[in-house]
Amino acid sequence: MRYLTHKLIAFLIALMLAPVMLAPSWAQTPTLNIDVNVGIREPVPFAVPIFIAENNGAQAVATEISRVIASDLISTGLFREIPAAAHISGVSDFNAPVQFADWRAINAQALIIGAVSTSGGQLTVKFRLFDVFAQAPMGDGIQFTGTEEGWRRIAHKVADTVYSRLTGEAGYFDSKVVFVSETGPKGDRRKRLAVMDHDGASLSFLTEDNAIVQSPRFSPNNREILYTSYESGQPRVVLMDIFTLQKRDFGDLQGMSFAPRFSPDGTRVVLSISNGSNTDIYAIDLRSGARTQLTSGPAIDTAPSFSPDGTQIVFESDRSGSQQIYVMSANGGEAKRISFGDGRYGTPVWSPRGDMIAFTKILGGQFHIGIMRTDGSNEKLLTRSFLDEGPTWSPNGRVLMFFRETPGADGAPQIYAVDISGRNLRMVNTPSFASDPAWSGLLQ
Amino acid sequence: MRQLSKAAALAALLITAACSNTGGLFGGNGDGTDVNGLNGGPIDESSIAYFQQTIGDTVLFQVDQHTLTPEAIAILNQQAAWLNANPTATVLIEGHADEQGTRDYNTALGGRRANAVSAYLVSQGVADNRIQIISYGKERPLAVCSSETCWSQNRRAVTIVTSGPGV
Repeated sequence: MRYLTHKLIAFLIALMLAPVMLAPSWAQTPTLNIDVNVGIREPVPFAVPIFIAENNGAQAVATEISRVIASDLISTGLFREIPAAAHISGVSDFNAPVQFADWRAINAQALIIGAVSTSGGQLTVKFRLFDVFAQAPMGDGIQFTGTEEGWRRIAHKVADTVYSRLTGEAGYFDSKVVFVSETGPKGDRRKRLAVMDHDGASLSFLTEDNAIVQSPRFSPNNREILYTSYESGQPRVVLMDIFTLQKRDFGDLQGMSFAPRFSPDGTRVVLSISNGSNTDIYAIDLRSGARTQLTSGPAIDTAPSFSPDGTQIVFESDRSGSQQIYVMSANGGEAKRISFGDGRYGTPVWSPRGDMIAFTKILGGQFHIGIMRTDGSNEKLLTRSFLDEGPTWSPNGRVLMFFRETPGADGAPQIYAVDISGRNLRMVNTPSFASDPAWSGLLQ
Repeated sequence: MRQLSKAAALAALLITAACSNTGGLFGGNGDGTDVNGLNGGPIDESSIAYFQQTIGDTVLFQVDQHTLTPEAIAILNQQAAWLNANPTATVLIEGHADEQGTRDYNTALGGRRANAVSAYLVSQGVADNRIQIISYGKERPLAVCSSETCWSQNRRAVTIVTSGPGV
């Protein structure tokens, strides 16, 4: 535990990423441009020859970094790697002219060239991206410096830059996902909070498995999480600093508290408090502890999520007789129902771009992950299974993670990701069962 | 809390096991209708085993409902009578939901179910300071298949005696 925590701290803090522009005189107009909205019929082929190790100590990490970059790009479904076995020309010098004809011959449309050096625990990674068919660099070369331990984050940073230049969208690979790791039989599941990279790597645990934990959520600065714990004997919202593992709760909220989320400025927490007969949404000011009731009435009002500008809250309520999605002011007051399709709607989450709401829909005994505009129009269901639940947005608003539970006595949850186009559904590898994912923002 | 309820359940199991052994060895009446105590005599009506086995500690609910059914009320009438006869006993009522719902909603729904039981017991004269409630939502299914056979057993509220006679 202690070791893992320290490792996590090393990953998150010790890395001092210092991007430096290389060869700033390169100015060009890229012709390779991928529209993530249209949905790619054919993934764009790219090549990432193993980054050049500029000293002996850098060899192993140079290979690892190259593989993580390729893996990040492939995971989007937008790109396809031309394997090293097909490469005609090797790359032995970061500054040597690129043999475009050799890359063109194997149909590599994007080429990523990089070099890695290590010195006294410090790692320096530089890379350049080329549009092979235009025979031109795409953007400036960039150099990242950090600790050797932080190599994976640097790889994600490189992949984010490549993704961003090729798609025009912000990246999302240099991020964390906090989730509930599950073991044991269905009737007595053991649950622990854990945090990992977007691809399931670098996992570390934040709690033991002695109490049920649910629905962790990152703070806007990615340093704290809110979650629900049964440790006190009742479900209670807890705030944890993920670096120190220090916890605090919100005192006696006179009932069960759950479904927490931070406001976008990190000053407030919204959550549900239930006395059993009634479940309402409250806001708690983190500095003063002042509590404001935002909904009232006998309905179940839960799963609140702020708009990114902090002015509105989307939530679910059964005030109409079944679970539906509503939007209200961040100060409470009258709420407007936005879900009107067949079935029940829950777990709404506002997208980081502000334009969409992701949700869980239960219809005809099946569960779906879907998205709609914030006025409820353009509903689109992205998945369907026995039990799909709890979407969370990638930092750039292009991908959703959620959990899918299989039916039956041996049924168990795993985390999945899907593009908002509905394409590229894939399982995120975790060492045990996993549920309740929540994506961080891009790390700083 | 969880530990307490487990301990209670374990104690009940031990008592039940002892009962059937006693009945078998010493020739109980064999029709299965009597619950016998450790000595082969009638079980102590103030015991937790009596509360759990004879009265029944669990009531079931319809899909997405917290309304008490006539069957549930019949059980709760006896639970209330037992609690009124054993005024030192306190209870924890656990509300549960089946897996066919989202997590937060099911926590709230389990709360409604526990509250429905609590409110009914209070209406039958049990002081509300003797009752605590908790919701486990869909976290702790009793039956683990994914069909109505199991779901109907999981939509439940369980009254657990946490202090008083035999605890």
